[in-house]
Amino acid sequence: MAEDKNSIDIDYVANLARIDLSQEEKDRFQKQLGDVLVYFEKLSAVDVEGVEPMAHPFPVYNVLEEDVVEEGFTAEEALMNAKHQRNNQVIVPKVVE
Amino acid sequence: MTTMTEHLFYKTATELSALLEKKEITSVELTKAFIERTKATDDSVKAFLSYDEADALAQAEASDKRRAEGKPLSALDGVPVSLKDNMAVTGQPHTCASKILEHYVSPYDAHITEQLKKAGVVLWGRLNLDEFAMGSSTENSAFQTTANPWDLERIPGGSSGGSAASLAAGQTPLSLGSDTGGSIRQPASLCGIVGMKPTYGLISRYGLAAFASSLDQIGPFAHTIKDVALLLGIIAGHDRRDSTSYKTEIPNYVEALESKKGPWTIGVPKEYFGEGLDPEVKASVEKAIAFYKDQGCTIKEVSIPKLDLALPTYYIIATAEASSNLARYDGIRYTHRSEDTKNAIDVYFKSREEGFSEEVKRRIILGTYVLSSGYYDAYYLKAQKVRTLIREDFMKAFESCDVLITPTTPTTAFKRGEKSADPLQMYLSDIYTISVNLSGLPGLSLPCGYSSEGLPIGLQLIGKPYEEAELLSIAHAFESAHDYSAKHPEL
Repeated sequence: MAEDKNSIDIDYVANLARIDLSQEEKDRFQKQLGDVLVYFEKLSAVDVEGVEPMAHPFPVYNVLEEDVVEEGFTAEEALMNAKHQRNNQVIVPKVVE
Repeated sequence: MTTMTEHLFYKTATELSALLEKKEITSVELTKAFIERTKATDDSVKAFLSYDEADALAQAEASDKRRAEGKPLSALDGVPVSLKDNMAVTGQPHTCASKILEHYVSPYDAHITEQLKKAGVVLWGRLNLDEFAMGSSTENSAFQTTANPWDLERIPGGSSGGSAASLAAGQTPLSLGSDTGGSIRQPASLCGIVGMKPTYGLISRYGLAAFASSLDQIGPFAHTIKDVALLLGIIAGHDRRDSTSYKTEIPNYVEALESKKGPWTIGVPKEYFGEGLDPEVKASVEKAIAFYKDQGCTIKEVSIPKLDLALPTYYIIATAEASSNLARYDGIRYTHRSEDTKNAIDVYFKSREEGFSEEVKRRIILGTYVLSSGYYDAYYLKAQKVRTLIREDFMKAFESCDVLITPTTPTTAFKRGEKSADPLQMYLSDIYTISVNLSGLPGLSLPCGYSSEGLPIGLQLIGKPYEEAELLSIAHAFESAHDYSAKHPEL
């Protein structure tokens, strides 16, 4: 990780996000996101001792329902946007050597 | 600026509904009017990503048949409605203005689509947006840049820029957008129309492509508050396929407009009127406040002390959730897949590189960073806690007020290209709207004046959770005393 706390290690993060970036994009993001992180520093001074984190604006807890079998997509519908397919399955490059 | 309400394409949905009801016009006739208007104006406005004329006319014919048999499905049976291109309709494109979904066709209907079909509306075109709703100007669309109908050199706002511009241009009488940080209210303000973000949970997000799930809400655009009330009544309601959907009685919003009369206690949060607010925008909003005072409302200065923390909090939470939500676009099952790959992992890296444009990549990188090991507590968890404090500020203000009144945006519509090189400046254009998403509250924007350059100015009203009926009534009181909804751009 980079030493400067307002600098993002772009290669490391792009790898986590599984996105290839051009060198130009990396350089630009480095600068722009550095500025954004400086802006984020506003939050560091806020006292949040004892404050509950909020995941949703309103408390919706576990929503449970009966486990009932329903009609879903057919294989054709589920795969209608898969360009690479055969026998109702998606074709991918070889994963295991 | 000119008044053109005599044109069919600038009639309100309520007026169109009455014409259909009285058999003075057919759905086919009015659908054709919107098709023609779209063809005549969309080369310059560029609000639509796609439309299917034959399909729209077939829906209109079916509607006319129902009306002829005396069996309309709702007041809006036969009235066209257009959707932002991030909402699913079976058999139609659903691109989210992204190359990664350029050839994607939806195999299913969103909840709102089902509701609209049950109401018999004519689903008209698919509207442009910032890619995956990330942006404030609709300049981030991978396909085209939408213009503001009031001045084609300016942006219509975003991310629901197509939804707002098409309405202001008379290409559709109703449209839907989605609002994660202001993406309905900000373009409504900049295009001189009404746009509403309901309370989080009022409208199911099933079938809306997720950007930031704890902030996203679908909502209506229209020429008038009454039209918004009409459309909201059709799309609101519980849906078990969205686990954050809220179970509540849906009132008749249109009837409520006339029955709730005030006088109301109106809160003016002082933090919204400080530095950065354009003097003309400020003057228009102050005039609106004076109007309510003249009507016997109590005007009360209130404070949202944590408001200046809303923007950093929002951009941490929104990008974190986006980086997680957009992981599904992996090049494997239904997206664009790169042809230039050596192995399976490469499919992810290359397909995402080729499929996402710059702003989306930037936000995924930022979101991945704030969630990554060693930074999660300092950014994401901290932001979730600050979010609680921001919401507490609002709830405290609502202890003594029925509604809060603020400008929707700090300035009128800016020029194209003006802010696209500086993401932080672009993010600042949402400064008055994002806290409403963080707090989950209902908010709407309606026209309250024009600048000396003739550009629309919007007034934001923020309501209590699930009190949409009251919020709409308060807005209706202002709208019916002014003639802004009858003014349209010259195109």
